[in-house]
Amino acid sequence: MHNKTLVELAKGLESGEFSSEEVTQHYLDRIERSADSLNCYITVTPELAIQQAQAADQRRANGEAGRLTGVPIAHKDIFCTKNIKTSCGSKMLDNFVSPYDASVVVNCKQSQLVTLGKTNMDEFAMGSSNETSYYGSVKNPWNVERVPGGSSGGSAAAVAARLAPAATGTDTGGSIRQPAALCGITGLKPTYGRVSRYGMIAFASSLDQAGPMTRTAEDAALLLNVMSGFDEKDSTSVDSPVPDYTASLHHSIKGLKIGLPKEYFDGGLNQGVASVIDDAIKHYQSMGAELVEISLPNTKTAVSTYYVVAPAECSSNLSRFDGVRFGHRCESPKDLEDFYKRSRGEGFGPEVKRRILIGAYVLSAGYYDAYYLKSQKLRRLISDDFKQAFQDVDVIMGPTSPTTAFKFGERMEDPVSMYLSDAYTIATNLAGLPGISIPAGFVDGLPVGLQIIGNYFKEAQLLNVSHQYQRETDWHRKAPVMDIL
Amino acid sequence: MTLKKQDVENIAHLARLAINQADIPSYVQNLSDILALVEQMGAIDTEGVTPMAHPLDAVQRLRPDIVSESNQRDYFQQIAPQTEAGLYLVPKVIE
Repeated sequence: MHNKTLVELAKGLESGEFSSEEVTQHYLDRIERSADSLNCYITVTPELAIQQAQAADQRRANGEAGRLTGVPIAHKDIFCTKNIKTSCGSKMLDNFVSPYDASVVVNCKQSQLVTLGKTNMDEFAMGSSNETSYYGSVKNPWNVERVPGGSSGGSAAAVAARLAPAATGTDTGGSIRQPAALCGITGLKPTYGRVSRYGMIAFASSLDQAGPMTRTAEDAALLLNVMSGFDEKDSTSVDSPVPDYTASLHHSIKGLKIGLPKEYFDGGLNQGVASVIDDAIKHYQSMGAELVEISLPNTKTAVSTYYVVAPAECSSNLSRFDGVRFGHRCESPKDLEDFYKRSRGEGFGPEVKRRILIGAYVLSAGYYDAYYLKSQKLRRLISDDFKQAFQDVDVIMGPTSPTTAFKFGERMEDPVSMYLSDAYTIATNLAGLPGISIPAGFVDGLPVGLQIIGNYFKEAQLLNVSHQYQRETDWHRKAPVMDIL
Repeated sequence: MTLKKQDVENIAHLARLAINQADIPSYVQNLSDILALVEQMGAIDTEGVTPMAHPLDAVQRLRPDIVSESNQRDYFQQIAPQTEAGLYLVPKVIE
């Protein structure tokens, strides 16, 4: 049962082979049996899940079922879920029970998806290894001594370990694609504005975007159908119609022009990863795609640009956590200043504090032009690089991450080395473009992800290009072997 | 850019963030490293480039200024650390 994709689960539910309650119970049992030794979940919601599953089965019996009615999924703990703890991986929100649902959660409920629980993540989505979570690291199911990537590491590991058939994630600098790559699953970051940010706890608002994390591109298309759409509650939501992302999956990719940016195959790239990516690209060529060498000259400055934009927005967004209305509050403050400082000092972990401090620094009086304004200009140049490239090619391909999953602790002492994990994913966030990571092979038993970047609102094309590869390869079908299960 | 202990204390104050004295040296080191990374931006000439505020150059959408939500004060205050008579309590600000 747990090896079934969303498509297969939907089919089984429709034909009556099994009920939503059976599927949901199967997953809940599996999560319990694993005793969460991978630490994928912060909160499991068994009663709610069974209740939702029974309601879904009833809907089906009444002939009111949709395509995914009764299919269980997990939500990253960054999405507010009404009356359920929503921690964002932080001590600050350890006691936060959300009074409302995020729009993504509402959309999933309207499509009668079942919620298994909330997945672990780097604190406030700041991290590339899941090691900054207040709830401890998630372990990579392919090798438990290694990180699952981050920040959506709990979602990625849960899907890879068959502890959820699919999950939601968010991506500010690579937080869907990088863990998807490191855990061997499919993860899509849509165009900025495609999926509502309402109720998704904000990190860097001009970069944050939610997307599906699944085993296959076909599943990602189904889940993106549910997640996407205009939302008046999100001021940057894009008001354009949502296509059926499954409609074009079967299109031929003959003649597809694939851009290969030379900057994505530079010295920082692990050789094993490079050779897997090379094979994947050759496979596309054998399917009739045309390879075009391109250049994205400002790639190198993307990481430095990001570490101004993201911390600046984070320091502003996280100023709402002040201990007054919700969240952590310090004991016996001596005055209001002590109250703010200690509530925040105790509630936030070291990486979140570093980012708040950097943000406060670059935005402080006298530094605005040198840092924030400069970064916004570079953002234009990075975005123009892509615009230029998309005049000649349909999609851009390269590695998702420069390495496979690394060991715990390896990059925690040196934040800059951690930041470079996202060297190939960050530029798409700065430009607001969609990108997907799909499994493309292994190096020493660890998965490698192929990244495909598309033009604005070309999610359907990314899914089509990914699906065509997955029809001919079986990397996405490989499952980690785990004693615990 | 190398920060000093005093710089970190000053930013922490601006950000209303208590930092343990013992942790300050590692913040000084880490933040200086991050700023060194950030300073790579200086290598690119951005003279005359229009800053990008939104990836799709969209402008802020406006809506009519009308009431759209109902009052749920009691419900929202259930998760508040400390309230009294519908108000949030904080340490005394004015003597």
